[in-house]
Amino acid sequence: MGKPVIATASLAGCFGCHMSILDIDERILRLVELVEFNKSPIDDIKRFTKPADIGLIEGGCSNSENVAVLRDFRKNCRVLVSLGECAVMGGLPALRNSIPLKECLEEAYLNSPTVDPGERVIPNDEDLPVILDKVYPCHEVVKIDCFLPGCPPSADLIWEALTAIIEGRPLNLAYDLIKFD
Amino acid sequence: MAKAKDIVHRHPKDPAALLDVVRDVQAAFGHVPDEAVARIAAHLKLSEAEVRGAVTFYHFFSADPRGASTVYLNDSITSRMKGRAAVAKAFEDEAGCAFGRVSGDGRIGLFPTSCIGMNDQEPSAIVDGVVFTRLTPESARALVRGLREGRPAASQVAELGDGANQSELVRAMVANNIRERGPVLFGAHESGAALRKAVGTTPEKVIEEIKRAGLLGRGGAGFPTGLKWEFCRREKAVERFVVCNADEGEPGTFKDRVILTELPRLLFEGMAVAGYAVGARTGVLYLRSEYAYLRAHLEAALEAMRQDGLLGRAAAGSEGFSFDIVIKSGAGAYICGEESALLESAEGKRGEPRDRPPFPVSSGYRNLPTTVNNVETLATAARILVEGAAWFKAMGTPQSAGTKLLSVSGDCGRPGVYEVEYGLTLAALLEMAGGAGAKAVQVGGPSGTCVAQDGFGRKICFSDLATGGSVIVFGPERDIFEIVGNFMDFFVEESCGWCVPCRAGNVLLKKKLEKVVRGLGTEADLRDLEAWGKLVKATSRCGLGQTSPNPILTTMKSFPELYAAKVRKGEDFVPEFDLEAALRTGCEAAGRRPECKESLHE
Amino acid sequence: MSEIRFTIDGRPCVARAGQTIVEAAKANGVWIPVLCHYEGLKPVGSCRICTVRVAGRYMAACTQPVTEGMAVENTAPDLEDMRKSLIEMLFVEGNHFCPSCEKSGNCELQALAYRYRMMVPRFPYLWPGRALDARAPRLMLERNRCIQCLRCVRGIRAKDGRKVFAAVERGPRVTIEIDQRLAAGLSDAEARRAMDICPVGAILRKETGFAVPIGKRKYDGAPIGSDVEKGAGR
Repeated sequence: MGKPVIATASLAGCFGCHMSILDIDERILRLVELVEFNKSPIDDIKRFTKPADIGLIEGGCSNSENVAVLRDFRKNCRVLVSLGECAVMGGLPALRNSIPLKECLEEAYLNSPTVDPGERVIPNDEDLPVILDKVYPCHEVVKIDCFLPGCPPSADLIWEALTAIIEGRPLNLAYDLIKFD
Repeated sequence: MAKAKDIVHRHPKDPAALLDVVRDVQAAFGHVPDEAVARIAAHLKLSEAEVRGAVTFYHFFSADPRGASTVYLNDSITSRMKGRAAVAKAFEDEAGCAFGRVSGDGRIGLFPTSCIGMNDQEPSAIVDGVVFTRLTPESARALVRGLREGRPAASQVAELGDGANQSELVRAMVANNIRERGPVLFGAHESGAALRKAVGTTPEKVIEEIKRAGLLGRGGAGFPTGLKWEFCRREKAVERFVVCNADEGEPGTFKDRVILTELPRLLFEGMAVAGYAVGARTGVLYLRSEYAYLRAHLEAALEAMRQDGLLGRAAAGSEGFSFDIVIKSGAGAYICGEESALLESAEGKRGEPRDRPPFPVSSGYRNLPTTVNNVETLATAARILVEGAAWFKAMGTPQSAGTKLLSVSGDCGRPGVYEVEYGLTLAALLEMAGGAGAKAVQVGGPSGTCVAQDGFGRKICFSDLATGGSVIVFGPERDIFEIVGNFMDFFVEESCGWCVPCRAGNVLLKKKLEKVVRGLGTEADLRDLEAWGKLVKATSRCGLGQTSPNPILTTMKSFPELYAAKVRKGEDFVPEFDLEAALRTGCEAAGRRPECKESLHE
Repeated sequence: MSEIRFTIDGRPCVARAGQTIVEAAKANGVWIPVLCHYEGLKPVGSCRICTVRVAGRYMAACTQPVTEGMAVENTAPDLEDMRKSLIEMLFVEGNHFCPSCEKSGNCELQALAYRYRMMVPRFPYLWPGRALDARAPRLMLERNRCIQCLRCVRGIRAKDGRKVFAAVERGPRVTIEIDQRLAAGLSDAEARRAMDICPVGAILRKETGFAVPIGKRKYDGAPIGSDVEKGAGR
């Protein structure tokens, strides 16, 4: 049996959770021993080349591409993890959720001050992903197996979760591992 | 705004007058403007925020204009079953605005409202305080046209109902629909006989007689009335009160309406008997706003009883006993049928339930010992005093003595009120009411139980199907999920919002139910419905939340096959998320094709 | 003064007459989770997180007086899960963005979620539209974070006794309103008390925030309730 395969992605997030993965310090050397990375910004593999054991999702779903990536991950990952506040509950991008989307777009693209006097449009290029009516937590779109809150989740929590999943044991959640900020 | 000032200053500088002031302002202006709020606050020594709190709590008060004329169309399930949709559309077409809005010319406001106690003559509406029953799209249109032409709602009542509905002080098109006259409430009664008998003996003996009769509260909870009076009497206090709960808000109940219309003197006599028993000098009738059209009639009955010496000083000729009754009005809130919320409202506050203990018998109206009894209970108590405990106990079942007044509505040939002995089976009741062939019967309203055919042998009594009186019949074609959805909407609308499980839990239950009904449910979703229902029942603060999951929980029990047929078997996760719907606004705003691809960015 | 004997999860305890279950438990070193409860204010039983079971009946421990012989269940797994559910309900009912909230680390709702190991609410998010009110000179009312616990309604009054905060609307629309006229007269100390009395970040003083660094905040180190439980060793 080969090493467990890990894939990661950042949807509507800030990459802070990925930074936190790197924050496990010298344990990253052990991690590299333990696992193999597949589709991930960490190794810049763009598409799944094989099924993954663990998928780490940072960020919620704010546009059509986020949904597509998330569904792709669900298809290819045995255990899917919502990593961080945005994946778990929408996070700061979801601040827009209580405001109708149309108002948000008009405020951002049509009514706000600008130094460019040209014509104002709501971005409409067919190649752009389409924005969703609101930001969805990942588990409202696909089945999520494990949730790691935090902004970002601490490196210790990420380490604990990864080793627990790899070893097939329940997470040991010490009090100071759980933070929402 | 000189007028608002005048209205406010007509009232005492007492916070307890808050609802009375607001009611007068609302009536004069069609809403409660900010300037009036400031005046009211200053006059009653309240903060403006508190005044706004009361204005926004009650359905018939509003901070925003509700139109020169306001239509409140009943939204109960029975109204829907009897053609509400077409009537609503007619109102909207003729008024030129949707429900929840006021027409552009400001003349007509259209608003939905919870059950107004006319379930036997739906669809019905309250228009500028006047009740209109058995509405049709044609009558709805004519009504709005008439209002626009300046003809007041009252002048548009074409045909009056029966009995006291025809009296000058009522003049309502409401029909009594008394289908079964029983010996207790509808037996021949000589006005004053009960009170004279009471004052001829000791209060203790009166309580003893009620206890021997085994009278249990008719509102639905079934607390022994004699015991309640005894507890109240035992409290040491400078003053005690009798409060009559005439706020029957459970959808489908309207039996107290008939008592208030046809037997007000019997009811008031019952209150006086209770007053004598507990040692009270004052009775308060808390009348639901929907029955405000009966107020003048009730005041007249009170005045007549004063003239007859049955109320006031030395009532019924007893030198030591003085008792009189005042009427307090509600303003549209189901929760005020809960006794402690009713007391808060009667004291001029938001109708939010109190924590118990202390119970009203020790700390009730104005924090003084109070017995709160249902309309039917008090009227029944008066009859027991005249006819005796043994007579009463001989009727019904050993645990549920006497008769019960039922409000029967829905898919049946003879909707109306039935005074029947406890122990009657649903099958027998359906036979009487012309509802044979029903698919289900809702006993006790939304907070009660939905009984399927296999339960029609069950009995109306406290040990089986306890009910405040609402019985709604559902014919074979009815969609159970539409009924459950309507009931859950009702609880969401009527929750006072004080406690978390009821305020948020009912919304979440409704959402989960919708997921299942849309065919997006899994077996796990059904388990959630059950668990969340139990949670809301167990942790809610008052009877509303403790029963609000019942529409879901009791239909899951009586119609498990309907729920099973809705869920996707074998699938462990089905999201509610609908990509197409989620993309719609974004596409529209950017002027892009709605069939926009969701494929991966290549 | 008469002493009442009762038990919590089988453990013998004593109470004074008139004490609520929450007060008596605390005096016996037993923590019952509370959120709307605030010492010195009349308990109102709005959050229901203190729900306990006595003889099969559920009740709010913050409003229920202790009676002789009462056997209180406090930590039964199903009860604890109900409490966790209520905490989760509050998270989906409002708009709680902990990473951007000044109260984070000092927030009692968040602390309860930590203690109960809430990783994600079991309920769908409702995303209500709630307006922020920053008109008062010293205070902001951030309704997105409000849990309608009514502490401010009960605890903050003007000099003449009028309520500065009041609940408006009903059902799921209930929000707290701040009386502009009375709020204008609040002193700095009173504004501080209003902020301190609020268990979440719904009432905030203007021109101050994030004063305590991460790591030193109230619930950074020890779970909520630890102080009560420490007393148990007396």
